[in-house]
Amino acid sequence: MSRLEIRDLHAGVDGFEILRGVDLTIESGEVHALMGPNGSGKSTLSHALMGREDYDVTGGSATIDGTELLGLPTWQRAAHGLFLGMQYPVEVPGVTVRDLVDAAYAARGNGGAPSDLPDRLRDEAARLEITEEFLTRGVNTEFSGGEQKRLETLQLAVLEPKFAVLDEIDSGLDVDALRDVARRVEAMTSERNLGVLAITHYARLLSELRPDRVHILMGGRIVRSGGPELAQELERTGYEGIAAELGIEELSVEKPKEADPFAEPGF
Amino acid sequence: MVTNFTTDAARALGGPDWLIARRVAAAEQLQSLTWPTPADEIWRYSRIDELDLDRYQPLKPEVVGEPGTERAPGGGPLAAEAGERAGLVVVRDGRVVHHELDESLEAKGVMICDLAMCTEDDVRGALGTCSDASPDAFTVLHDAFLAGGALVKVPAGVVVDRPIVVLHWSEGQGCASFPHTLVVLEEHAQATIVERFGSPNQFHLVGGVVELLVADDAHLRYLSLQEHGPKTWQIALQRAHLGRDATLRSSAVALGGDYARLRSESLLAGESAESNLLAVYFGDGQQMLDFRTLQDHDAPRTRSDLLFKGAVEDDARSVYSGLVRLRPTAQKANASQTNRNLVLTEGASAESIPNLEIEANDVRCSHASTVGPIDDDQRYYLETRGIPPAEAERLIVLGFFDDVFHRLPVASLAGPLRRTVIEKVEHRG
Repeated sequence: MSRLEIRDLHAGVDGFEILRGVDLTIESGEVHALMGPNGSGKSTLSHALMGREDYDVTGGSATIDGTELLGLPTWQRAAHGLFLGMQYPVEVPGVTVRDLVDAAYAARGNGGAPSDLPDRLRDEAARLEITEEFLTRGVNTEFSGGEQKRLETLQLAVLEPKFAVLDEIDSGLDVDALRDVARRVEAMTSERNLGVLAITHYARLLSELRPDRVHILMGGRIVRSGGPELAQELERTGYEGIAAELGIEELSVEKPKEADPFAEPGF
Repeated sequence: MVTNFTTDAARALGGPDWLIARRVAAAEQLQSLTWPTPADEIWRYSRIDELDLDRYQPLKPEVVGEPGTERAPGGGPLAAEAGERAGLVVVRDGRVVHHELDESLEAKGVMICDLAMCTEDDVRGALGTCSDASPDAFTVLHDAFLAGGALVKVPAGVVVDRPIVVLHWSEGQGCASFPHTLVVLEEHAQATIVERFGSPNQFHLVGGVVELLVADDAHLRYLSLQEHGPKTWQIALQRAHLGRDATLRSSAVALGGDYARLRSESLLAGESAESNLLAVYFGDGQQMLDFRTLQDHDAPRTRSDLLFKGAVEDDARSVYSGLVRLRPTAQKANASQTNRNLVLTEGASAESIPNLEIEANDVRCSHASTVGPIDDDQRYYLETRGIPPAEAERLIVLGFFDDVFHRLPVASLAGPLRRTVIEKVEHRG
């Protein structure tokens, strides 16, 4: 059993604080949903956890089984068992999913990729209804939104991390792809105890990927946590309803726009 | 002004009378030549100002040897690496030292030999067709010291189904050598030529010329691999003349040399001729790889396509300067040129200058050019999968070249050529 523990996380961009103290603990095999309106800091959380260069962590900690992740380079966070499924997976021409998985295993040491990797890639492709041709192309190049998210899920399955942060994995998905992806992720939580933080704007993902806990992020903080019923409540009341109930005025933490000198009258 | 490269030295190289006369004529022309400078547009960004020809000597006649005395029976160690082939020519310092050809092709009239040994007047007459049509100081220097070279002639209607391999080796500290390849495909002939250019780690100047004459409805696949030693300078011309319905599918992989310049040109002289030029280049250390390309359309319905992709790191530099010329005769022609560059370090740089010269009014033409560092998002994406940054960059660079490898004229050579590039990429820094 493993534990991903986020404590009092503060993070932002260009000196502007977006996350203002986030606390979250996820155990192996659990699915946590993090929901929030646009601009509430959902993507900032995923990139701050993964160590994207343009996000600054200004306080707090994030550990897997006691190992602090926040000072590590991105690839080492991944090697420690953290996976980020991206909202917009990046096209990398000429680099196949096989190249990518081989390189990831090689970096971990332990003798590189398992010898049955080609079989596992084929099996996973079949489970996720990915045509084998996609395995021989550069990752995400000329893929539809659904194909990209299926391929993210395939990588998640083959790389076997302890925890997966899935950043709006439901965006750009048709109903079939959403179901296939959600079911595969759910299966991983029981088959090999994957812990999941599913970041989403909409509750529809959660009818397929059933969460143990639901958290609502507003203004850079988790303002409410609860069981699956919280997602249903949110469906009924919307984010405004929750905000009104909690007396929150600031739903989003938008970075103020740079002042435009040419907008000054008389210029 | 060119002290070491005298008419007497040109004459002394021996060979048949016609070749001596040809050299002497060029050598005399050489004495009155104005030497290029970076101020000439076609030499802009080059390192021509660093070239001091006086620091090189022509090879001594006794080193080059007389034509016809092949001094490398079997072709030597290079031949062992040549792989599956229909024929092989090994050229050392511009002189053929070994040649062999499948007997059945010989019976069909396919000819492989040292240019200097050629007895057919029409083939001899073809020598210089391409370089004379696009001369510069270095083609004149080349002609003045041309000792021989690889000649491949495929007669009308003959199809050579396996590659003919040509291996050039140039050596001699402080010397200059002038390898030549003349490929003549007569009407309806088909062939594949694979050339490799190499030299040791010596201060050496290679002034090579490759002439590809592709007659009406003939089809040539041509692949070259340039792996010169790190101190070698190359100033070379590769030029093809294409007849009606002829096709050229050409690729160049350029990795070696201190300064390695290649002019790669296609003249589409016959209606519906087609030229496809590909290149992959990777420069590191202090080296400079310099490409000047020309897609010259001089007949209706001609098509040309060009894709050159390169990467530079350390303090390496690259130049791509390409011209698509659509002459008034080139109605309904279709041309495209694409040059893409990755600049991997602060000290490295790449120039990319695509040019169009359109004199016909009913043509299609496109061009694209990019120069830039590795995309941060791509690197981050691979890092999120657990791949360290240096390995991520290696994957991205090799992936960047991938579409060129997929389009190589001979698919079975994609693997070996890709491995050669990987080796160079992995010995980075």
